Amino acid sequence: MSGAFVRTTTSPTVLRVDALVRRGEFDLDVGFDVQPGEVLGVLGPNGAGKSTLLRALAGLTPLTAGSIRLGDVVLDDTATDTFVPPADRPVGLVFQNYRLFPHLDVLDNVAFAPRSQGVPRAEARARATELLARFDLTELAARRPSQVSGGQAQRVALARALAATPLLLLLDEPLSALDARTRLDVRTQLRHHLADFPGPVLIVTHDPLEAMVLADRLLVIEEGRVVQSGPPGEVARRPATQYVARLVGLNLWRGRLGSDQRVVLADGGALVVAPADGLAAGDPVLVGLRPSAVTVSTERPEHGSARNVWPGRITGLELLADRVRVQVDGAPSTLVDITAAAVADLSLAAGQRIWLAAKATETDAYPDRPPASTGSAG
Amino acid sequence: MVRVVRVERSTGSIDRTRERGTMPWPLGIPAAVAVFFLLVPLVAMLVRAPWSGLTRILANSTVLDALRLSLLSASAATVASFVLGVPLAWMLARARWRGLSVLRALVTLPLVLPPVVGGVALLLAFGRNGVVGKAIYDWTGFALPFTTWGVVVAETFVAMPFLVVTVEGAFRAADQGFEEAAATLGASRMTIFRRVTLPLIGPSLVAGSVLCWARALGEFGATITFAGNNPDTQTMPIAVYLANESDTDAAIALSLVLLLVSVVVLVALRDRWLRQGPAL
Amino acid sequence: MRRTVVTASVGLSAAALVLAGCGSSGGSGTASSSSGSSTTSGVTGTVTVFAAASLKSSFTVIGKAFEAANPGVKVTFNFGPSSGLATSIAQGNPADVFASASPTNMDSVVKASDASDPTTFAKNAMQIAVPPSNPGAITGIADLAKPGVKVARCADAVPCGKLAMTIFTKAKITVNPVDRAVDVNGVVKDVTTGEVDAGLVYVTDVLAQGAKVKGIVIPADVNASTSYPIAVLSKAPNAAGAKAFKAFVLSDTGVAALTDAGFEKP
Repeated sequence: MSGAFVRTTTSPTVLRVDALVRRGEFDLDVGFDVQPGEVLGVLGPNGAGKSTLLRALAGLTPLTAGSIRLGDVVLDDTATDTFVPPADRPVGLVFQNYRLFPHLDVLDNVAFAPRSQGVPRAEARARATELLARFDLTELAARRPSQVSGGQAQRVALARALAATPLLLLLDEPLSALDARTRLDVRTQLRHHLADFPGPVLIVTHDPLEAMVLADRLLVIEEGRVVQSGPPGEVARRPATQYVARLVGLNLWRGRLGSDQRVVLADGGALVVAPADGLAAGDPVLVGLRPSAVTVSTERPEHGSARNVWPGRITGLELLADRVRVQVDGAPSTLVDITAAAVADLSLAAGQRIWLAAKATETDAYPDRPPASTGSAG
Repeated sequence: MVRVVRVERSTGSIDRTRERGTMPWPLGIPAAVAVFFLLVPLVAMLVRAPWSGLTRILANSTVLDALRLSLLSASAATVASFVLGVPLAWMLARARWRGLSVLRALVTLPLVLPPVVGGVALLLAFGRNGVVGKAIYDWTGFALPFTTWGVVVAETFVAMPFLVVTVEGAFRAADQGFEEAAATLGASRMTIFRRVTLPLIGPSLVAGSVLCWARALGEFGATITFAGNNPDTQTMPIAVYLANESDTDAAIALSLVLLLVSVVVLVALRDRWLRQGPAL
Repeated sequence: MRRTVVTASVGLSAAALVLAGCGSSGGSGTASSSSGSSTTSGVTGTVTVFAAASLKSSFTVIGKAFEAANPGVKVTFNFGPSSGLATSIAQGNPADVFASASPTNMDSVVKASDASDPTTFAKNAMQIAVPPSNPGAITGIADLAKPGVKVARCADAVPCGKLAMTIFTKAKITVNPVDRAVDVNGVVKDVTTGEVDAGLVYVTDVLAQGAKVKGIVIPADVNASTSYPIAVLSKAPNAAGAKAFKAFVLSDTGVAALTDAGFEKP
C-alpha cells in the first residue's frame, strides 16, 4: 500500500538545512540533516521559530542566509541566489489548522494539487479517490471541510499534501487542533501513515508526548537556536534546558561539579550527586531529579539516609491526575510530587515552610555542553 | 488550607444552543426607525400611484425602450466594472507600492463626486474635444457622448467604485493562509487567484456586483451630462425626470416600474447567492 | 458716502442702476431719502424671491439695487427651474415673490390660489448658440437640418424645448437632435464643451456665456419667445417687501437690468 508514495528519484532525498531567517528582532539560526524515512520532531516553546523553520522549508519565507538542499536539489541558497518558489518545491506542508479550502469538497481538496500540476480533472479526481480510500475517507468525498470532524480534517489535509507527491513532508502542530480523545486515535493513525512515507518528515510540535510517539529524533529549538538534538528517550531522560525539563516533568539545575560529588548550583544551593562516568571536578554539569524522588517533611529530618536535605517554602500546589505537584521555593527551588493523602496528612498549604530531602543516587548529573549544530541520529 | 488547582480540563466541546434572531432591544428601536425611514417613501409612492392610468402610461413604447436600455446598460456597466474592477481591487488590497493609498483615494473619488460633476469630467476626458476623446474623434470620427456606449461609460464611472470598495475589503479580509496552502500544493499565482482567492470572496463579488448594478440602474446625473438625452440614451431615471416635468403621475408610474424590476432582480439574486454566506 | 461703499461692491453697472433708480419715480421702494432709514419706505426685513434660473444674472443685479435703495432690506433668491419652484410653492415652501420663465408654471400657482395678479415683465427669445470655432459652419436656422450637424435642444417637456419645436415648425425644417437636454443649461453645456455643433438656447444664455459661445440670430418671423410673469405670493411672509420688489422689477431700473441681460420688453 505504500506504493502511493513511491516516486522515482535518482538519489536518496536527504534534507540538509543550514538556515538563517531574520524577521525584525527575531532570528532563526539552525542547522541539521534529516534522512529519508526519518521523522524529525521539532520541539520548542511558542515563538521559538518552529513555524518559521517550516515556512522556510516550504518556500513561504525566503532565507536571509544559508541553504536548504533536498537530495541533489537546491531549494534555497543565498550564496548562489537560488530560490525555488513554493509552488515548484516537492514539499508537502500540513498546516496547523489544516487550511482546507472551504469552497471545495473533500475530493476536490485532495485533487487540488494534481489539478494545479496540469493533470486533467477526471484523472486528478481518480488519484484523489485512491488517496481518500487509503485514508479511510471515501464516504466524506462530497462533504465540505466544515462538515467533517477535526480528526477527519487532519487526514484530509495529509491526503491533500501527499496528493502532490512531495519528497519532503512537513507537519505543523498536526494534532493541536484536536481534542484530547481524538488526538490519541489520530496520533496512532498518523504514525502509521508516516511510516509509509519514504522521504524525510518534519513534525513541529510543542507537545512532548506527541514528539516522543511520532518522532525518531528530536530537535529542540529555543529562541531561534537548536538547544538539544537526539533520540526522544535521551532528550526526555537528560534534558539540556529548563524548557524540556519542564515538559518531561524533571527538576533540572545547572551547576559545576566540585570535590566529593558535590555540585554547586548556579541559582543557589548545592547537591550531592551520584558518581557519573566522564565527569571530573570543575566540569559544568546539569543535574536532573525526578519530582517523585523528593520527600517532604514539616520538621528537619534528623535520621534520614538522604544526603541532600534543604529547607523551602511552598509557593503552589497543583492537583495532577493521581498526585499533587508541590512547588517549593528554596536553594534550589524544586518541584515535588507527593500523593494527595500525604498533602492531607501533613496539612500542606501555600506559604508553609517545609524540608525537602533527596538521595544522591536519585540524581542524574551529566555534562552541560552546547549541542552539535548539525548531525543526525543515523 | 490546601489550594488545589485542577489542571485536567474538559475537552469535549460544550453544545450551547445559540439564541439566534433574538435581538437586544436597544438595537431593535433604531432598526425599526430605519425600516420606517426607508420604506415610507416607497409606500407613499404606492399610495399615490395612478393605478387606473397605469396601463395607459406603461403602454407607451418609449417606456419599454427606456426600461430595456436601463437594464442593458446597467448590466454592461456591471460587467465592465467586474472585469476591470476586480483586478484593481486585488491590486489595491495586496500590492505594496508607495502611493497606493493615494491611488485608492483617487479611484474611489466618484463615490463622493456629485454625478453631474462626474459627467462633466467625463466630457472633458472622453468628449469630442476631450483630452482623450479628441484623439479618438479625430482618428475615427467616433465620439462617446450621445451614444449608448456613452451611457455605459457614465454608469461604469459612477458605479465601479462601489464594486471596487466592496471587493477590496473582501480581498483584504480573506485569509491568505489558503493562498499559501495552494502555493505549497503547486498552484501558480494565476491558478491560486482563479481557484482559491476568487471563490473564497464569492459572496463579496456578488454583493459588489449587485451594488454596482443597482447604482448603475439608478444613475442619472453623470448619464444626462455625458450621454445626453436621445432615444439611444434615455434610461429610466431620465425618463422619470422628464415625465415629472409635465406629468407627475407618469413619473410615479415609471418609478414604480423601475422599482419593481430592481426588486425582482435583487430578490432573485439574494435567494440564489447572497443567502449563503462565506463557507467555513 | 455709505451708498458709495455698497455700490462699489456690486460693480459699475449696478452703480449706474442705483443712480438711475434714485432719479426715477417709478420704483415704489426708492423714495427713501439719503438718511438711510429703512422705515420711511415701509419695507423692512427679508424678501424671499423664487426666480427662474435664467433670471439669475439680471435678478442678482436688481436685488443689489433694491437693497441699496431700501437700506436694511435683504433680498434672498432661490433660483431654479420654474417647474420645480412651482412645485416647491405648492408644497408650502415660504416665499414672497415668484418670477417664472413660463406662464404655464405661473398659471398652476395662480390656480392653486398661491398667487394672484401676475404681470408679464419680460420676454426671452431664442438664439442659436455655437462653439466659438463654429465647427458645423452654422450660419442660419436652416443649417441645423443638415446631415451630420449635431444639434442639442431642450426636451419636449420643458419650455425651451417647446420653443425650439415651434421654431423648427415655423422654419419648416426637421431636426434630429443628439441631445434633448432636461434643461437649457444642458444645451449650453453641450455647446461650451464643443460636443454639439449648435444648440437652441435663450438669448440671455448666449449673453451670459460671453466669449464661450457665439450667438446666431434667428429671424423674428421664425423665432419664438417665452413670457416671464412675476407675482406676489398669497402667503408671502413679507407682503410689503414683495410688492415693493415686484414694482422695482417693473421699474425702469429693473427693465434696464433685464435688457442688459438680453431680455426683451413684454
